[in-house]
Amino acid sequence: MDYALIWAILISVSVFAYVALDGFDLGIALLFPWFKKEEDRDVMMNTVAPVWDGNETWLVLGGGGLLAVFPLAYSVLMPALYMPVIAMLLGLIFRGVAFEYRFKTKRAKGIWDLSFIVGSLIAALSQGIMLGAMLQGIQVTDRAYSGGWFDWLTPFTLFCGVAVVIGYMMLGATWLVMKTKGDLQRQSYRAGWYSAILLVACIAFVSLYLPYADPFIAERWFTYPASVGLWALPILLVIITLGLLRSLHKKQEGRPYLWGLGLFLLSFAGFAVSIFPYLVPRSITLWQAAAPDNSLKFLLVGAVFLLPIIFAYTGYTYWVFRGKVDPESGYHD
Amino acid sequence: MFESFDALFLARFQFAFTIAFHIIFPAFTIGVASYLAVLEGLYLKTRNPVYQQLFRYWVKIFAVAFGMGVVSGIVMSYQFGTNWSVFSDKAGPVIGPLMGYEVLTAFFLEAGFLGVMLFGMNKVGEKLHFFATLMVAVGTAISAFWILSVNSWMQTPAGYAMNEAGQFIVTDWFEVVFNPSFPYRLAHMLLAAYLTVAFVVGAVGAWHLLKDKTNAAARKMFSMAMWMALIVAPLQVLVGDFHGLNTQEHQPAKVAAMEGHFHTEAQAPLYLFGMPNEKTAEVDYALKIPGLASIILKHDINAEVTGLDQFPREDWPPVATVFWAFRIMVGIGVLMVLAGLWSGIQRLRGKLYDNKLLLRFSLFMGPMGFVAVIAGWIVTEVGRQPWVIYGLLRTADAASPIDKAGVAGSLIAFIVVYFLVFGAGTFYILRKMASDPAKVAIPDYAKYKPTMAAERIYDEEA
Ligand code: HDD
Ligand code: HEM
Ligand code: HEM
Repeated sequence: MDYALIWAILISVSVFAYVALDGFDLGIALLFPWFKKEEDRDVMMNTVAPVWDGNETWLVLGGGGLLAVFPLAYSVLMPALYMPVIAMLLGLIFRGVAFEYRFKTKRAKGIWDLSFIVGSLIAALSQGIMLGAMLQGIQVTDRAYSGGWFDWLTPFTLFCGVAVVIGYMMLGATWLVMKTKGDLQRQSYRAGWYSAILLVACIAFVSLYLPYADPFIAERWFTYPASVGLWALPILLVIITLGLLRSLHKKQEGRPYLWGLGLFLLSFAGFAVSIFPYLVPRSITLWQAAAPDNSLKFLLVGAVFLLPIIFAYTGYTYWVFRGKVDPESGYHD
Repeated sequence: MFESFDALFLARFQFAFTIAFHIIFPAFTIGVASYLAVLEGLYLKTRNPVYQQLFRYWVKIFAVAFGMGVVSGIVMSYQFGTNWSVFSDKAGPVIGPLMGYEVLTAFFLEAGFLGVMLFGMNKVGEKLHFFATLMVAVGTAISAFWILSVNSWMQTPAGYAMNEAGQFIVTDWFEVVFNPSFPYRLAHMLLAAYLTVAFVVGAVGAWHLLKDKTNAAARKMFSMAMWMALIVAPLQVLVGDFHGLNTQEHQPAKVAAMEGHFHTEAQAPLYLFGMPNEKTAEVDYALKIPGLASIILKHDINAEVTGLDQFPREDWPPVATVFWAFRIMVGIGVLMVLAGLWSGIQRLRGKLYDNKLLLRFSLFMGPMGFVAVIAGWIVTEVGRQPWVIYGLLRTADAASPIDKAGVAGSLIAFIVVYFLVFGAGTFYILRKMASDPAKVAIPDYAKYKPTMAAERIYDEEA
């Protein structure tokens, strides 16, 4: 069996789970500047307070998993992306502690609101920048990163950073649509609408720019007949965009978030198609990066057994906290 | 600012700084999570409302500390790659899966049930809530299991071979996980976490008793804490002794540094104090008890004890750091035993809550567990130097190709952010601890609608 490929898929699932789940946590913070009322912000935060830690754990699995099964990729990517990784970690600190600190003080509440917003912004931007830097390719000599200190910083990577910020805002807004009511919900519909349109524009731009700028990616997408199957992706993009906008317009509560996830899934698939079979683009393939089979198997046994259990109790937590967060419920009596 | 240091030193300093902060939170949350499970269990069994009050009191503190533990932990899991990339490439196939198991068996479990524990009291009923608390407590212990297995493998590697790419590969997973120093380290660390929390709880109880010795909640806290001190502190000294004997077997250079033994000798002395001097290979200003080290380490006064002279200079750990950190830890261990005994005597005399001196001493001991934990880890980690993987991979060969400016920048950022953010968190925790546990209100859950959204089971502060 091809354990490396199985693990590449599992790590992708983990990263996607992270993006899908922590995406709305981060997105809520990114929307704070447009939601100024303190009671609204309390409700927004309480929609995610019971689940954010679990959501973030997918990031730990992504990182820890990479170390376990693709140690070479981990040890090249981390130094290559040193600054954005550190920035992301610091950003996650500021936003993570805000969940608790904010309710511990009246005087400094504003400070922790700011910490929540700015921390999330830095984390989201850094994630987008890393994504862009991977698409650009990473230079390697002798099992070590050999590019420059600022290779990750280009107009393209910055654009990807902004795109991820917008994407998370869209996820946050559609999540709020599902979890709130009244004025807060109305405002979330509006935020969802604008961020969805901006996000689709960003996706379209990246999809057109990359094949233009990069012959490898152009070949991947435009080789007839091998690439024909891939053309389903842009068609799906149009369908999902229309579905998302329509469900926002018709004020369906649960659907926009799911459509939004569809957009992310598509972008994710596009990303995978553009870098496959590399894990460190253009330098190290997933097979070259893989740890010995013995390590892959050892962890796989656990993952196969434990992931379903994790899904079950995580699902249970979401189920316990299902439904609307009601501002009148007196959650801080 | 950092002209005189090289990139390697800065990377080591950064790792030490961030892990030293991180370990404070798990040491605390491992202990508090178990304490909360005990409190809730006792409440369900006895229905004594004071347990419910204490649960609500400590769960607020737990929530803040846990948040800090999580964010500082995420930093750790990425730092192996950012700053120790050669180490990650080579040792990843061995330690990576262990940390993978930590995520799958511990972190998800804690995070999954934390939400229910903090916000779900009114949604799931008492029994399920207790189950959630238990799962969080179990999760913290499982987390310690895996990460200490990782660390112990770096101290006493076993069950491995090398491949052509220069990576460590595993020949026997059981030997890797249960490597020779692991059982001792796990036992010693878990006890350390429980003791640390016992003394924090004791200090909070003492603080409120000093203001009002009839405070029922404070009495309960103090009494529980002092039982722990009486029973667990001596146990910890015993386990520490075994731990040291095991280290003597596998990492003799570390023990030589701990004891300040530059020379191999029979009837080796135990240095109570002194200044180890690596240049002259002597302990200056020594205050020593002849023969006692031979007795402790070999259980025979005439036995020969290995000194650093048996090892080439380039394999010596920094002696003075290890020597002093060890004395700080052991000194605190002795004080903890004394506190336990003293409280036992007062308890027998029926005066546990009346002796102001004991209460003040407990207050002083409050933060000492943390000091001992950090000192102990400095012994372990600095004592392992100059190796990352003992005897196999040198620290100097393990670092990432990051230049000095880069590491200096991230190090400064970490220092500023950590002091700011964790300083604020500590302030909130201390303020909470200063509030009176007897005044914690217990809401009536019967009046809540079951569909109600997440209620913080704790209130806002002014
Ligand atoms: C409350 C905390 C605490 C207390 C009171 C003690 N220790 Fe400790 N000690 C630790 C907390 C700790 C620790 C932080 O948990 C360490 C670091 C790594 C480890 O496994 O435990 C440690 C390490 C450590 C080591 C290093 C082993 C190695 O690295 O190979 C030795 C030999 C001892 N301890 C021995 C003792 C003795 C003889 C003690 C009694 C007087 C003692 N410790 C009290
Ligand atoms: C249990 C998990 C731990 C692991 C896997 C781990 C691993 C490491 C690694 C990879 C390094 C860098 C390489 C080196 O300098 O040898 C290091 C250094 C260090 N660690 Fe740990 N560590 C752990 C726990 C701790 C804790 C809890 C502390 C608490 C203070 C600590 C203190 C230090 C110090 C002081 C150094 C620097 C040593 C030196 O370079 O002189 N470690 N550790
Ligand atoms: C260098 C070594 C270490 C790494 C890489 C590491 C990694 C992490 C990570 C990623 C988290 C966050 C988990 C989450 O999202 O819920 C975390 C939290 C935690 N870590 Fe560490 N850790 C290290 C050292 C230690 C040590 C030495 C212990 C204890 C023996 C420990 C025990 C815990 C516990 C109990 C938590 C749960 C959160 C909390 O209770 O604060 N870790 N750690």
